[in-house]
Amino acid sequence: MFSRLPFNTQKKFVIFGFVSLPLLLLLTFSYYPALELIRLSFTSWDGLSPNKEWIGWSNYKEVFANPAIFGVFKHNFAYFVVGIVQNIAAIYFAVVLNSKLKGKNFFRLLLFLPYILNGVAVAYLFGYVFDTTNGSLNYLLGQLGFDALSQTSWLGNESFVNYTLASIGFWRFMGFNMVIYLAALQSIPSDIYEAASIDGANGWEKFIHITLPNIYKIIELNLFLTVTGALEVFDLPFVLTKGGPAGASETFVMKIIETAFQFNNYGLASAMSVVLLLFVVIVLSIQRFLLNKKGD
Amino acid sequence: MKRSSKAWDTIKYATLALAAFAILFPPYIIVVNAFKTKDEFHSKSPIALPDSFLYLKNFAQAFKQADMTSAFGNTLLIIAVTLVLNILIGSAFCYAVGRFDFKFKGPLVGLFLFATIIPSITTQVVNYKTVQMLDLTNNLMGPVLIYVGADILQIYIFLQFIRSIPYELDESAMLEGASLIRIFRSIIFPLLAPATATIIILKTISIYNDMFIPFLYLPRAEHVVVSTSLMRFFGVNSGDWQMISSAILIIMIPTAVLYMFLQKYIFAGVTSGAVK
Repeated sequence: MFSRLPFNTQKKFVIFGFVSLPLLLLLTFSYYPALELIRLSFTSWDGLSPNKEWIGWSNYKEVFANPAIFGVFKHNFAYFVVGIVQNIAAIYFAVVLNSKLKGKNFFRLLLFLPYILNGVAVAYLFGYVFDTTNGSLNYLLGQLGFDALSQTSWLGNESFVNYTLASIGFWRFMGFNMVIYLAALQSIPSDIYEAASIDGANGWEKFIHITLPNIYKIIELNLFLTVTGALEVFDLPFVLTKGGPAGASETFVMKIIETAFQFNNYGLASAMSVVLLLFVVIVLSIQRFLLNKKGD
Repeated sequence: MKRSSKAWDTIKYATLALAAFAILFPPYIIVVNAFKTKDEFHSKSPIALPDSFLYLKNFAQAFKQADMTSAFGNTLLIIAVTLVLNILIGSAFCYAVGRFDFKFKGPLVGLFLFATIIPSITTQVVNYKTVQMLDLTNNLMGPVLIYVGADILQIYIFLQFIRSIPYELDESAMLEGASLIRIFRSIIFPLLAPATATIIILKTISIYNDMFIPFLYLPRAEHVVVSTSLMRFFGVNSGDWQMISSAILIIMIPTAVLYMFLQKYIFAGVTSGAVK
């Protein structure tokens, strides 16, 4: 019956019918919340009452002036530092697995494995590894003769709990970064390397002058994922330490969730979300800008 | 030259062995302790093998106490409904956009691409209120709505893929009098199968592993999913690592098995999903 309709009517029907629902979803769950966040961030809304009192910039002043809020970003910084090391390791292993090597498929399979495991299960897995009295890491350190180290409370020490948590992120995501690098390496034509070999370049020179420039875009992509990932850390500290000890491992997103859903301060939580959103947009814009400049 | 390449080979294998150890050591500890009785756990070293790998009481108790029947059921239901909706809506959208020209098509696609800038974790404060208004908190369809509405990965993948399907196929079907709906259903959609497979794999893994959305939208015990069941179980059994180990294993095994069988597709999917 539908096929009897003239082509143009069909076309209009298809376009309208197939586009309107996804567009509605996009507007409802991406654009509306982004705009609504901005509006709420200027109010003192508690999430329930019908009136949303306009209070100007004071939520933003609170976000930047209160060290208990903006200060938690220094906890996120640990994830950024570890993320950089993680990318270097990922490039290294991608190069290794891209060379002639026995068992490289096995190693690729193994190194990527942590990425597909359930995040909560991974968190508790490491809860066990880092446990002070029963933990396998301290046991291992004791067996190796590091008796002083084997009493360490890895998740209970304020000065390095974030690095402990970030190292779990390393374990989980290094293989993911590596697989992306590996795909980029495999797309570099091999005749470039052959030509360089004929010209007498050694392995390191080939890496610096051929490999790195060719995966430049992918390094930027991975770094972007690292930075935004570090800004948005939530599940590891939430599951393992609940932000402790004494708030030392609380991250910015945990703070947002707590402010909104525990203290019902939606206005302040919105302002915090907007700040986070702006940071991500700024990082992405810098990345796009650098990429375009390089492309010219 | 020869000597340096030999040294390089040694370094390669040494670092790979170190990485393999670092990756396998934590799961190894879980595997050996999940099969230990409480007494065994306290008397043996954490890396020692259990007396018997046939001691399954921990698993049975963990499965029951963490209510994993409901957890797996709910998780599967959420994944299934999300996938069906995502694939139908996403492929239909990409058919309309990928095959026809119309006013505002450029800005429309731009609107979808631009939305990836907005990190979904920041918008939850408002999205929670939207879902609440629709009366879908404490309802398995709440997370489904978020997974379907706030993710556009499928649109990227389908849009990229549909460009590689030659338009002549559409044209010849039109000459034979097929309607556009029929062309979509019987020609385009089946040809999108590789893209559909990628989407199924990526979404299944990400929903199965997600904790944030179910934690926020499904606080009630009856709506438990795998991630939240493990969190509750840990709260009750904290310190009993042999019990927790078995629960962790039960949760980890399904995706690990899936990974063994579908590795080729998973690698391809992850790469195309990341480099969008």
